[in-house]
Amino acid sequence: MNKNNKKFLSGDEAVAQGAWEAGCHVAAAYPGTPSTEILEAVVTYPDIYCEWSTNEKVAYEVALGASMGGARALYASKHVGLNVAADPFFSSAYIGSRGGLVIVTADDPSMHSSQNEQDNRYYGIAAKVPVLSPSDSQECKDFTKLAFEISEKFNVPVIVRLTTRTSHANGVVVCEDRKPVPVKGYEKNIQKNLILPMFARKLHASLEERMLALKDYSDSAEINRIEKGTESTGIIADGVAYTYAKDAYPDAWFLKLGMMHPLPEKKVRELASKVKKIFIVEENDPVIETAVKALGISCIGKERVPRVLELNPDRLRAAFFDEEPEALDLGDMPGRPPALCPGCSHRPVFEILGRLRPIITGDIGCYTLGALPPFNAMDTCVDMGASITVAHGIRKALDQVKDENEKTKKIVAVIGDSTFYHSGMTGLANAVYNNAAITVVIMDNRITAMTGHQQHPGSGKTLMGKEAYEIDPQDVAKAFGVKHVWVVDPYDYAKTKEVLKQAIALEEPSVVITKRACPLYDRSIWKKPYWVNEDECIGCKTCIRLGCPAISFKAGEKKSYITPVLCTGCSVCAQVCPKGAIHAAEDKDN
Amino acid sequence: MPQKTKTTNIFVAGVGGQGILKFSNLLCEVAMNAGLDVKKSEIHGMAQRGGSVTTHVRFGERVYSPLIPQGSADYMVSMEHLESLRHIAFLDKKKGKLIYDPYEIAPPEVYTAQREYPGDIEERLAKFAPNRIKVPAFEKALEIKNPRAQNVIMLGALSTLLDFDDALFEEVIKQGFKEKFVASNIKAFKLGKELAKG
Repeated sequence: MNKNNKKFLSGDEAVAQGAWEAGCHVAAAYPGTPSTEILEAVVTYPDIYCEWSTNEKVAYEVALGASMGGARALYASKHVGLNVAADPFFSSAYIGSRGGLVIVTADDPSMHSSQNEQDNRYYGIAAKVPVLSPSDSQECKDFTKLAFEISEKFNVPVIVRLTTRTSHANGVVVCEDRKPVPVKGYEKNIQKNLILPMFARKLHASLEERMLALKDYSDSAEINRIEKGTESTGIIADGVAYTYAKDAYPDAWFLKLGMMHPLPEKKVRELASKVKKIFIVEENDPVIETAVKALGISCIGKERVPRVLELNPDRLRAAFFDEEPEALDLGDMPGRPPALCPGCSHRPVFEILGRLRPIITGDIGCYTLGALPPFNAMDTCVDMGASITVAHGIRKALDQVKDENEKTKKIVAVIGDSTFYHSGMTGLANAVYNNAAITVVIMDNRITAMTGHQQHPGSGKTLMGKEAYEIDPQDVAKAFGVKHVWVVDPYDYAKTKEVLKQAIALEEPSVVITKRACPLYDRSIWKKPYWVNEDECIGCKTCIRLGCPAISFKAGEKKSYITPVLCTGCSVCAQVCPKGAIHAAEDKDN
Repeated sequence: MPQKTKTTNIFVAGVGGQGILKFSNLLCEVAMNAGLDVKKSEIHGMAQRGGSVTTHVRFGERVYSPLIPQGSADYMVSMEHLESLRHIAFLDKKKGKLIYDPYEIAPPEVYTAQREYPGDIEERLAKFAPNRIKVPAFEKALEIKNPRAQNVIMLGALSTLLDFDDALFEEVIKQGFKEKFVASNIKAFKLGKELAKG
């Protein structure tokens, strides 16, 4: 084998390689850990149009439209992203595909970077769509290619379900060339593409037939394979859980499921005839287990294999053999949770909101960290865009309470720029239309920061590097009819505080845009590090309460100290210091 | 050589921004170019923001799981003092080796003056990692005026324990950095080798 054909790819990168080899023409996504790197890898290949769409529903419809236009199309998101896209996703199962339509969902067992650990294999069952479940990078590539073929052969969209440990794990991948596939072009077919009830009734029946054909396919597919063992125990596993089980129980028989839905019934029965006992090894919910039990085959599943948090070889050895790893008593130590970076433009806003103490409804982004100490400046976080709508709902509830103190409580929604375009705009339109006296703070750091700096409709560039019109959130708010709109630089602490106070005091919808680039995205805003004059520092810890990693407190001397290599020179600590003890680099030179 | 017959497990720990992912990628490329099967798993996302970062690196003839079971890392490489202790349960206490930088980075509770950085990490490490090599990589990286080279210095230190030719390491360093940074990183790699030998 030619060494040059081997690449060391993450599962996400391997999906991109697979899409490219399969002749994919269009890819659309909204960033979300652990799926973001799929499109970041797709853009490095020629021949594929790709975009960051404004949200997952939009991305899904773009991919579906491309499929209707006869192109091979890829949609990618994290697990909860498919919730946003669920509406077109369900309809698309009826519609089917013209060009191959592949849906990559990256689930996050253990919630390394997510709000839940929902199991998206259920989506395949609910919408009647096949689910491929790769276990490593090589399979991420191979299954993505196969998914395009299945999609076109059976006229269905196909889910490729990754998890964090396939998305963000690397392996050696044997790569091949792209096989160009012509775009078929558009063909009017309203019986298929227009889901009026009269057409949809027929489409549902056709979908059930397509699933029956897929059931046969699942039993004949090479990606569902029985591996002989030397013991009388059998294991049915999919995804990365298969690799953990291989390490934990190498002598067992295996039914490795590359396509877990529809279940290959004959192969399940074949395994059952070879062994005395069957374990079902799958992460999170008992999806395969339920299907196997429905065949009347007894098996051991969630009573031994944990349902909550991701699996690993240790947890499986405990499930199979009651072997627990030795518990070490390491002693007490401070944790290291994520924190807002030095120079983060969200920091002063949370410091101020923490002082003003309104009800603060939060959203999804780096700024969710505003909920943690030292700010404690967030009350709720639900899903993308929910800051504005939840604030609205709380307002409508409090408007009806009798207690005056409760009734007049102020409510502030905080939302990032990318999240605002994703699904904040509809909530803002609703707040104006239905007149909710809330303040919306759009924390505009010019980029989708948390997932690693992806472009969005306000940042002026597309994924493919083309110049784009920069939508201004100020214009949006005004066009929606918000009468009170401010734009303020959060690095100007006093001004930001004054504006927030004014906005919160109003009895009408108001919008405050705190505009300052993420310092990790735009290094040009960095200035020379600030420094503490120890003779002036009184040890009051006001600067410490900003929670900036660049500022620490020397307990012995009772003085603050700024670590020069970490400081970005944002000056916020100097502005909050009551003694003016923190100085710009220039002051030292003089 | 162990990695030809059995899987070699290397656990890597540190703090976001220390080049843990780059370190792991370089190591994996070396193992792949030596003809081995390689798996690597890491966590990014929220953890980038100054949180703990860890990667699992495994190579051998055929590697299944991308995760290392507890107590079975042949080597653990840690670029921060406290992080060495936090993840020590992955190290094979009897046969494994800890290669660690005693460099200390304050976690949030420490820099916000709620508690102090633990002063007894060495004593605790002695209990759980009897075989260990201290490599003051960050300090040396500052001395050679290349603070970002901490990870490559650690790679040089680790290389002395693995059965891969230096040429393989130097090749991936050449491929893995922009041309103007290659010479300084080769220098850092060699420095790491010297430090490990003591």
